[in-house]
Amino acid sequence: MTELLPPLLPLLVGIPLLMGALGAALRKSKRARHIISLGTLTAMFVFSLLLVIATHDGTVLAHKVGFWDFTPQVAIPFVVDALNSLVLMIITILGITSVMFAMATHEARSRFYHPFVLILMAGVAGALMTGDIFNLFVFIEVMLLPSYGLLAMMGAKLGAHGARIYVSVNLLASTLLLFGIGIVYGTAGTVNLAELHGAAAEDPAVAVGGAVVLTAIGIKAAVVPVHGWLTRTYPMTSPAVTALFSGIHTKVSIYAIYRIYSVMFDGDERFLWIALVVTSMTMLIGVLGAIGEKTTRSILVFHMISQIGYILIGVGLFTGLGLTAGIFYLLHHMIVKASLFMSTGAIEETYGTGEIDKLGGMLKREPLIAITFMIAALSLAGLPPFSGFVAKFTIIQATLEQSHYWVAAVAVIVSVFTLLSMLKIWVGVFMGKPPADLEDNALKYQEKMHGKRYLRVQAQAENPTLTIGPPTAAMSAVLSGQRAVKVPVKLIIPGAILAAITVFFGFGAELLMLLSETAAENLLNPEGYVEAVMDA
Amino acid sequence: MSIAIAVGLLTAAAVYLFMQRGMVRIVLGFVMASHAANLLLFAAGNTAYRGVPYIGTSDYGEGGDPLPQAFVLTAIVIAFSITMFMITLAITTTHDDDTENDEESAAKVLSAADTGDTVSSSVDTGVTGAVAAGTGGADASPISPVHDFEAQDDDSAEAPNTDPETGEHPRREDPQ
Repeated sequence: MTELLPPLLPLLVGIPLLMGALGAALRKSKRARHIISLGTLTAMFVFSLLLVIATHDGTVLAHKVGFWDFTPQVAIPFVVDALNSLVLMIITILGITSVMFAMATHEARSRFYHPFVLILMAGVAGALMTGDIFNLFVFIEVMLLPSYGLLAMMGAKLGAHGARIYVSVNLLASTLLLFGIGIVYGTAGTVNLAELHGAAAEDPAVAVGGAVVLTAIGIKAAVVPVHGWLTRTYPMTSPAVTALFSGIHTKVSIYAIYRIYSVMFDGDERFLWIALVVTSMTMLIGVLGAIGEKTTRSILVFHMISQIGYILIGVGLFTGLGLTAGIFYLLHHMIVKASLFMSTGAIEETYGTGEIDKLGGMLKREPLIAITFMIAALSLAGLPPFSGFVAKFTIIQATLEQSHYWVAAVAVIVSVFTLLSMLKIWVGVFMGKPPADLEDNALKYQEKMHGKRYLRVQAQAENPTLTIGPPTAAMSAVLSGQRAVKVPVKLIIPGAILAAITVFFGFGAELLMLLSETAAENLLNPEGYVEAVMDA
Repeated sequence: MSIAIAVGLLTAAAVYLFMQRGMVRIVLGFVMASHAANLLLFAAGNTAYRGVPYIGTSDYGEGGDPLPQAFVLTAIVIAFSITMFMITLAITTTHDDDTENDEESAAKVLSAADTGDTVSSSVDTGVTGAVAAGTGGADASPISPVHDFEAQDDDSAEAPNTDPETGEHPRREDPQ
C-alpha cells in the first residue's frame, strides 16, 4: 500500500479544488453543493486516515509532483509522515463538523460557502504536505484567500474592520515570509526543506533567513507578542466560521514551525530558550487577556492564544517527550477548541448574543449544550478523564524532565486561570436565572436573521408566480410565538461529536500518544524525511 | 547594491504608509512592500547572470537563475489578487476607508458619493428587505456583503460598529 499512496498525494489538493469549482458552478442546487462538500471532506478524511495507518510505524511517504526526476531540486515534493497525516486527519474532522454546523445555521446556503471551505481545505492539505518553503507560502495563500472571503461574507454585519485587520495582518506576515524565503534562497541556494536539512544550524546567514521565516509564521500562529490580530478578528465573524478557523489557520502555522525547526534548524539547542520565553509569555498573556472579556467567544479566543503557548513548548524543549506532548496537545486542542466554539456558538445563534451578562439558566433550558460545553471546558482546563488532562500532564512532565521549573510553574498557574475562565462562562451562561428579556431578545434576533425569508413568504402571497420556498415549520412556529426558542438539535450535534472525541482520546489516550510518539520520533530524526524526499 | 538600496527605500516607504490610517494608503504600502520582497527574491538569484534561463539557449555560466523568476511571478499574482480584495474592502461595507473621525477627509467625501444609493436605502429597512424579497434577492450580489449589511442593519437602529461584541451578524442566503 505504501507504494501506491505517494502518487495519489496531489489528489488531496486537486480534488477539493476541483470540487470547490464545481460547487461554485452549481448555481441552483443547494443540496448538490451540500453533498459535494460533505462528500469531498469525507473522502479527504478517509484518505488521511489511510495515510495515518500507512505512516504509523514511522514511514515517510514522498512524491515528486509531476514525476520530475532528472534533478532532485526541480520537482516540488509532497511529503507525508506521522505528524502531518495526523494533523490533516483532525483538520478534516473539523471541516466536516463545521460544515455540518454551518448547514444548521443556514450559512452554508450561501452559494460560495462550500466552495470557499473546499478551496481552504485544498490549501491546508497542500501546506501540510509540501516539502518546499516557497510552496508552503503559496499554499498558505491558497488557504487564506477563501478565508478572507468567508470572514468578510459572514462578518459583514459587524463592519469591515475584522476583515480589514485580518487581511492586512496576514498580508504583512506573508510579505515577511517572502522576505525570509528570499534570504534563505540567497544564502543556501535552495528552498527545498530536505536539501536545507541542518543548513540553519551550520550557517548563521541561513539561520537569519530561517528566523525571518519563523517570525512570519509566528505572526500567523498568533504567538505573543504578535497575537493582537487574532482577538480582534475571530470574534468578528459568525460562530461557524470561527469554529472552522480556530482549528485550521493557527494550527497549520504551528505545524510549519515544528517542521521547519526540526528539519532546517535540526533542532538546534542554541535557540530553544527563545522559544521557551515566547511560549511562557504566550500562555500567560493569553489567559490574562481573557479575564476582562465579556462575551463567550472573545474569552475562548484569548484562551486559544494561551493554548498555542502550551503547544509550542514542544518545540522549545525539542526532546522526545516534549515533542510527543506538544503534538498530542496540538491534536487535542484542535478538537476541544472547535467543540467549545460550536457549543457556545449554538447558543449565540439561537439567543442572538454571546454576552455573558445577557444569558443565564441554560443548564435547565439546554441541558445537552451544557453537557457538551462542560466536557470540552474541563478538557481544555486539563482535568481528568478527558484528553486535556493527558496533554497537560505530559507537557508538564516534559518540562520537569528538562529541569525548566519556571515553565512548568507557568503552565500550572495558567491552567488554574483557564479553569477560572471556563467557570466564568459556566456560571454566567449556564447557571443562575435567565434574564427576563432572554426570550424576547431571541425572538427579535430570529426574526431579524430569518426575516428575509419571512418577508419572502409575504412577497409570495402577493405574487404567487414567485417560486420561493416557505420558512421551515419550526421557524414559523417560533416566529408566531407558538413555541419557545430552543437550540435545534442539529446545531448541537457537531459540537457533541467533537466532545465525544475528546472523551475517547481521554480514555484511549494510549492510541493517540503512540502516534504522537512516532511523529515526535520523525521530528527528532529528520534523516528519514530527507532520505524519502531525495529518493522519491 | 542598487537592488539593496531599492529594497530599503521601498520598505521604508511601505512602513511609512502602514502607519497611515486610511485603508487605501495601507494598501499602497502593501504594494511597496511586495515590490521590495520581489526585488529581494531577484537579488537572491544573483542578477549578474542575465542570459536566457532555458536549457540549451545559453551557456551555463551566463544563464539567469530561473527559480527566483518563477517565485516572483507567483508572488506578483498572489499579491495582486489580495491587493484587489483589500481595495474592495476599503470601499465596501463601511462608508469610509478612514479610521479617523474627520468629516472633511477626502476618503470620506469620495466614498459617500460612491455609495450614495445604499446610504439612502439604509433609512428604511423594511422597504429594502421587501424589495430584496420581491426580486428574490437579486439586488444582493452574492459576492458583495454590502447589500445585506445595509438591508439588515436598519431595524437595529444603531451604528454598524457600535457593538462588535454582541456577535450579531447577518445570515447570507442564496438568492434563489
